[in-house]
Amino acid sequence: MEMTQYLDIFIDESKEHLQAINEQVLLLEKSPEELSIVNEIFRSAHTLKGMSATMGYEDLASLTHCMENVLDAIRNKKIVVTPQVLDVLFGSLDHLEAMVVEISEGGTGKRDVSSTVKELEALEKGDTSNFSKGQAKSHSENIQIYDQYERQIILQSKEQGFQAFELSISLREDCILKAARVYMVFEVVEQIGEIIKTMPSVEMLESEHFETNFKLSILTKESANDVKERILKVSEVDVVDVSEIDADRIDASTQDETNLNSEQTESNGTEKDDSQKASTTSSSGKTIRVNIERLDQLMNLFEELVIDRGRLEEISKSIRSSELNETVERMSRVSGDLQNIILTMRMVPVEQVFNRFPRMVRGLAKDLGKKVNLEIVGAETELDRTVIDEIGDPLVHLLRNSIDHGIEAPSARASAGKNETGTIYLRAYHSGNHVFIDIEDDGSGINKQRVVKKALENGIISKEMSENLTDKQCFELLFASGFSTAEVISDISGRGVGLDVVKNKIESLGGSIYVDSTAGFGTIFSIQLPLTLSIMSVMLVEIQNEKYAIPLSSIIETAIIKKEDILSAHNQKVIDFRGRVVPLVNLKEIFEVPVTAESNQHVPVVVVRKGDKMAALAVDSFIGQQEIVLKSLGQYLTSVFAISGATILGDGQVALILDCNALIK
Amino acid sequence: MTNEEKVIIFQLKDEEYALPVQHVKSIERMQHITRIPRTVNFVKGVINLRGVVTPIIDLRSRFEIESNDYTDTTRIIIVSVGAIEAGLIVDAANDVMDLDKDAIEPPPEVVGGIDAEYIQGVAKIQKRLLILLDLVKVLNPEKLDVQHAKETI
Repeated sequence: MEMTQYLDIFIDESKEHLQAINEQVLLLEKSPEELSIVNEIFRSAHTLKGMSATMGYEDLASLTHCMENVLDAIRNKKIVVTPQVLDVLFGSLDHLEAMVVEISEGGTGKRDVSSTVKELEALEKGDTSNFSKGQAKSHSENIQIYDQYERQIILQSKEQGFQAFELSISLREDCILKAARVYMVFEVVEQIGEIIKTMPSVEMLESEHFETNFKLSILTKESANDVKERILKVSEVDVVDVSEIDADRIDASTQDETNLNSEQTESNGTEKDDSQKASTTSSSGKTIRVNIERLDQLMNLFEELVIDRGRLEEISKSIRSSELNETVERMSRVSGDLQNIILTMRMVPVEQVFNRFPRMVRGLAKDLGKKVNLEIVGAETELDRTVIDEIGDPLVHLLRNSIDHGIEAPSARASAGKNETGTIYLRAYHSGNHVFIDIEDDGSGINKQRVVKKALENGIISKEMSENLTDKQCFELLFASGFSTAEVISDISGRGVGLDVVKNKIESLGGSIYVDSTAGFGTIFSIQLPLTLSIMSVMLVEIQNEKYAIPLSSIIETAIIKKEDILSAHNQKVIDFRGRVVPLVNLKEIFEVPVTAESNQHVPVVVVRKGDKMAALAVDSFIGQQEIVLKSLGQYLTSVFAISGATILGDGQVALILDCNALIK
Repeated sequence: MTNEEKVIIFQLKDEEYALPVQHVKSIERMQHITRIPRTVNFVKGVINLRGVVTPIIDLRSRFEIESNDYTDTTRIIIVSVGAIEAGLIVDAANDVMDLDKDAIEPPPEVVGGIDAEYIQGVAKIQKRLLILLDLVKVLNPEKLDVQHAKETI
């Protein structure tokens, strides 16, 4: 019962760990020799095992345990990382994920995983023949590497009669406060000598980022046996190995180190990875989890403050006290900064969405027998939480499209003189008040003839129209509803719901999508999204005594027309707008606004668009452009005609936001 | 466990109604309501309730009682049921009392002109007759959709 309060934390953290394992296994696939990756996976798996065992999810714990055994074997070089091993690891990850999802939905997390467990066990037992070889290698790894400065110290202190020892200390398996024991060991050692190096680092030891073993290099005048006995007095210390550090070994490691250095400079790629890892770990140490609801509450409170600030500004203007003026101005500045902070608090890196793609791409490519490499750029780009939640599905759809239709089969690629492995770039970046996400593949590009043929078949365009289509118009056809170019309907794409769904979704987020393609060289889908959904620029208009907000993103321009310029066609009022006949929508009539004043000879209109279609909205007067905070109308009023939301104006009143898409048919 | 329930008493025309206090978030004075176009007639619009846009329902028109002008005693009772939060316009709200659950009787067929559908029960306390509303039914959004189907041409 009392576990329930930890359940949310457990689920969150499990998901994080699974994600981390996922990413690392993918990395491992690229560089199977990298043992540090295996360690990383092992650590996450170990934590996961511990957590699930504590929470009483036995199946989860036991599967993780089996995984851990395999990882341990890889770490000890008993097993070589092969595609089969990775497949089994991914398989077990899928099971783990399913379990965690089940738990988060209130289930017990039970699942039949016996086949995967068997596979894991088979792997673990796999080739024990390499065992001795592995051990020999791991021994050589035991040697600590010293840098120039440390070597200097060791050599100097040896001259002064100190001895340098390397201690390998194991704590008991059941030791609970490992960091405390490490601290006690340090205490003991510092009484008799000096610690010059620890492995892993002191920070790692303090945060218990190690199994049960750690190594110390010390300088002391005591004998090896003395040191050993003293340390063994610390409770829960299991084994202490003391070995002397000799000059030869230092020299040997010097060489190792220079090798290492040169390797590092050669492979810039890994270095970058490392620094990235470092930056993520340091940032994760300084974050706390905050319920999104609280942020929303904070935002609401802040908006109250902004409204009051507006009133205060008006009062100070009328009172004309310089002291009051200054205070109010100061308050305005501070609250402006506050607004920025609150808004950025809601921003999350797009990584949250991107990080599940590598797995998906790998799986899909395998299923389709294609070779695909996914390059993610700009995963740290931040977007508002609400956008992040919505953007996942459209991106999945586009990626699937690229793999299924874009990237060719390896043989076709080879004969076209391309690298057998296709590349898909997933790029995210900021520009102005927008975030762009590009999905670019180096596949076959869009076949225009096929697109046109298909569009004709499906009755999306007429024969005459098809004859003079520009490239752009041709690509736009992809987004028309009822369009799907895949000749064979596969699992992956072409299930009828096509790119039109993607387009609608993105437009509902206030964004837009474009496509460009070069035959034979690839296709690029470019998505433009607003930075945040909670704040938008609108044009405020007045209709009689009511105020409405029209999103700037759908406005083309505003104009004032004369009454006699309004024409009539098929019972529909239209105006001539820059040579185009545009229907005139009288908001007063549509919204049944109570009429209090007669309109005059000139009618202000706002010309809005939805895709290629336009409409002119007749209003009574323009108030001006304003940044507003978008509010929902709540759960009770879910489907109000042509209203997408509401906002609170400076005077505390509510103004409704028009949904131009609903007004244009 | 006591067998009492705290209720907020409000007036509508000549009748007294009761709402369980746990559903009532606050009681507000009448204020500017922003009209929402093309919605059912009993939804008067939305107000800004401390930064939250809250829909307002006129209980008189909800129960098809003839409407009258808002007065100084007119109040908006902010209620929340599940995920739905809304304000109810009532003629007056001025009392809180403990209601003995045993005193609640099933509703007679017609009470004060409003459909028995919206009534959970009635309670007779001394000489007062309190009508307990079934908020879930009063706030049922399906009522809105029916109207919508009619309006969308």
